[in-house]
Amino acid sequence: MRTLKYVLKRLLFLVITFFIIMTITFCLIKMLQVEIPLGPQGQIEKERREALGWNEPILTQYGIYLKNIFTKFDWGTSWKVSYMTPVAEVLFSRMMPTILVNVLSILIGLPLGIVLGIFAALLKNKWPDHVISVIIVLFISVPSFVLAFFLQYFLAFKLQWFPLVMSSVADAGGMFTWKMIYSIMLPVMAGAFYEIAYFARTVRAELTEALTSDYMLLARTKGLTKQKAIVRHALKNAMVPILPVIIGTFLSVLGGSMVLEQIFAIPGVGTLTLSSLTFRDYDLFVLTSMFYTLIGLSAAILTDLSYGFLDPRIKMGER
Amino acid sequence: MANINEYKHISAEKFRFVQDNEKIHDKALKTKPIGYFQDAFSRFKKNKASVVAAVILGLIILYAIIVPFISIYDIGDSDGFYTKCRPTLAIGDFVIFDSTREMTLNERYYNYYTAIGVGATDPDGTAELTWQDGIESEFNPVTAIKKETENAGKISRIAKVDSYLMIGFQYLRMTPSDFQKILDWEAENGIKVVYPMVDTSDPDCEDPTDANVWYKSLGMMPLSESGNKLTLDGVKEQGYVDNYLRDQDGNVMYYAQRDKNTVEIRVLYHNYYIYKTGHEPIFLFGSDGKGYDICTRMAYGLRLSLVLSVGVASVCFIFGAIFGAIEGYYGGWIDLLLERVVDILWRMPLYIIVSLFQLHLVNTGKATVLGGLLLAFCVTGWIGTAAVVRTQFYRFKNQEYILAARTLGAGDLRLMFRHIFPNAIGTIITSSVFAIPGVITSEATFSYLGIVNFNSSTSVSLGTMMSDGQRYLQYDPHILLIPAAVIAIMMICFNLFGNGLRDAFNPSLRGADE
Repeated sequence: MRTLKYVLKRLLFLVITFFIIMTITFCLIKMLQVEIPLGPQGQIEKERREALGWNEPILTQYGIYLKNIFTKFDWGTSWKVSYMTPVAEVLFSRMMPTILVNVLSILIGLPLGIVLGIFAALLKNKWPDHVISVIIVLFISVPSFVLAFFLQYFLAFKLQWFPLVMSSVADAGGMFTWKMIYSIMLPVMAGAFYEIAYFARTVRAELTEALTSDYMLLARTKGLTKQKAIVRHALKNAMVPILPVIIGTFLSVLGGSMVLEQIFAIPGVGTLTLSSLTFRDYDLFVLTSMFYTLIGLSAAILTDLSYGFLDPRIKMGER
Repeated sequence: MANINEYKHISAEKFRFVQDNEKIHDKALKTKPIGYFQDAFSRFKKNKASVVAAVILGLIILYAIIVPFISIYDIGDSDGFYTKCRPTLAIGDFVIFDSTREMTLNERYYNYYTAIGVGATDPDGTAELTWQDGIESEFNPVTAIKKETENAGKISRIAKVDSYLMIGFQYLRMTPSDFQKILDWEAENGIKVVYPMVDTSDPDCEDPTDANVWYKSLGMMPLSESGNKLTLDGVKEQGYVDNYLRDQDGNVMYYAQRDKNTVEIRVLYHNYYIYKTGHEPIFLFGSDGKGYDICTRMAYGLRLSLVLSVGVASVCFIFGAIFGAIEGYYGGWIDLLLERVVDILWRMPLYIIVSLFQLHLVNTGKATVLGGLLLAFCVTGWIGTAAVVRTQFYRFKNQEYILAARTLGAGDLRLMFRHIFPNAIGTIITSSVFAIPGVITSEATFSYLGIVNFNSSTSVSLGTMMSDGQRYLQYDPHILLIPAAVIAIMMICFNLFGNGLRDAFNPSLRGADE
């Protein structure tokens, strides 16, 4: 019961935060002066603004905006990036590439990172640990887009192993073909390196702590072999703080990395956000911003809640 | 027991004070005291990787500060011809970058580039023009042939071509008085700038716009005296026949009148550059697609990154410390309320804040690009520091020594900043140092993405340099990869340095490694 109350409270707060951020973004965007071109183009623009109620006071506009969202799930219309298309539709059409790239990079990065982390913890202060530590520092510190440039130069230009940018759907013959996956290998790798380093570091730290704790000594004393003790006790305990992070990461695949999408010309949510900003397509900008906000909020909540569910020592809602 | 009774009757005069009229002081410590920061420093020194990182960081900062003062280039200096030049960097005899680009040359282009060297040896149109002259000329762009491969009878060479000399000759238009200035300068310094004009009306002049084709040619290969097209071996044997513009007496002409106030001249660009700027063209890290010097601009970019990040870090340090102190010290509903504010701000994606600031303040001219960016980073930057301070305050505010100080009558402010805050200073410094690489990365990302636009002739950011360089990545990778490498090195060093600092400021690790 207490758990349920806590979850509901968190959800309520998510909704409130979401609306506050939406209000701020919407109002600040609407406060911008818009230049209306002269001539017939400007006349059309003026009439459109009148018809959409864009000349009303900002709070009235926000009321109309909210009403449309709640009654019709209408987040507005894109006038520049994709002419006369509802922005929600535009957003959904751009989600697949982002998800594909990110799911792949997690599928590569997660297992590799965990395995490397376990290796490093088991062989602590021996040479494999040192090598892994260097890799971790390298991949955690270097920004992923800098890494992406080096990958692009050496793997795409010099060695020509991978194509430079993502193939178009028509060219690859579908979203889930081998050709498509091959063409996004570079952004997948650039994204995966960070995941590898991040998970390796977390696993190494947690497992090292678990290996030196008293219950491991007890497990060995009661006659378990080292392997058994590690698998049954140390690994299991070390995973408790890591699993919530993994869950949170899986949700944030929807967001992805704006800069990687820009470098590799992936027609995803990130490039959509950027073009909405360049072309001043403000309805679209508000929606994509709210999309990123929602992902951030839900990933945080999911991570927090899963700590409570996975770790019996944490009682949710308790002060 | 009998002895004790003996002492019972000691007369009073036998007693005297050990110290009379004398104050007792603690003895000054003979050993040198070790303060908090000294202690941290001595622990920091033991971490080799962090020390190396700190040294490299120091060098990078030094580079950013000094280079704009001593550089021969300014931030807005660009040259339309010396674009995409290769880096020239040597320390003593150890050559790191040798200013050449690797090119695969077929016969035609091998001849084309060597002919630049040949032409440069003959400023007055009288010398005999042989292949050997070109090879030996100091203006020969082809510095080395690395490999020759033969394919279907055609030999192609992988050669190193000097990226400064390969521009060769250029046609320029100017007023006659400017032309006279060049001639005066030539006479004064003994450096040949102006070379004979090419007779563009000659049918054997293939490309009238290319000042490097000064010889009679067909299909990009020179013609012999009798007008036959030569092969490369033929050129090596027979040399070149020039195609200079001559007057009736057979003397070469150095200019052609284009209209009343304009003459066209043909210059050896390398020497013209010396005339124009007063120094030889040397770009330590090469030049970019617009002809800017990468070395100088990178220093300005680093300056911007450092100013921004240190600015953000210090604003956030102060504001975060005060905010966190209030939250942590008072607790209760104040804490609850402020935490909700933090929650909302923290969840707002940074790019939204940055773009809103750019749209509202910078595009309307209310703030500079840098100012807008600084403000945007400060909106959320302090949250990390505040959280750290808050935790530290929660940890220390209920300890006995605080109670003692309170009993002695210390006020809230004194308790907060005299008694609790010093305990948190190490963690706060560490969190501020870790904030710096975050700000640098974000700044580079936003300027790369074009969310933030720096005006390229007055300011530059590493991100802008990278986004400009991306389109040249295939053939001129140095434009992108040098700034990228610097940013990568800087980030690695900041992280190592931060790690070392974190361990050094953690007194619980004292003696752990001994």
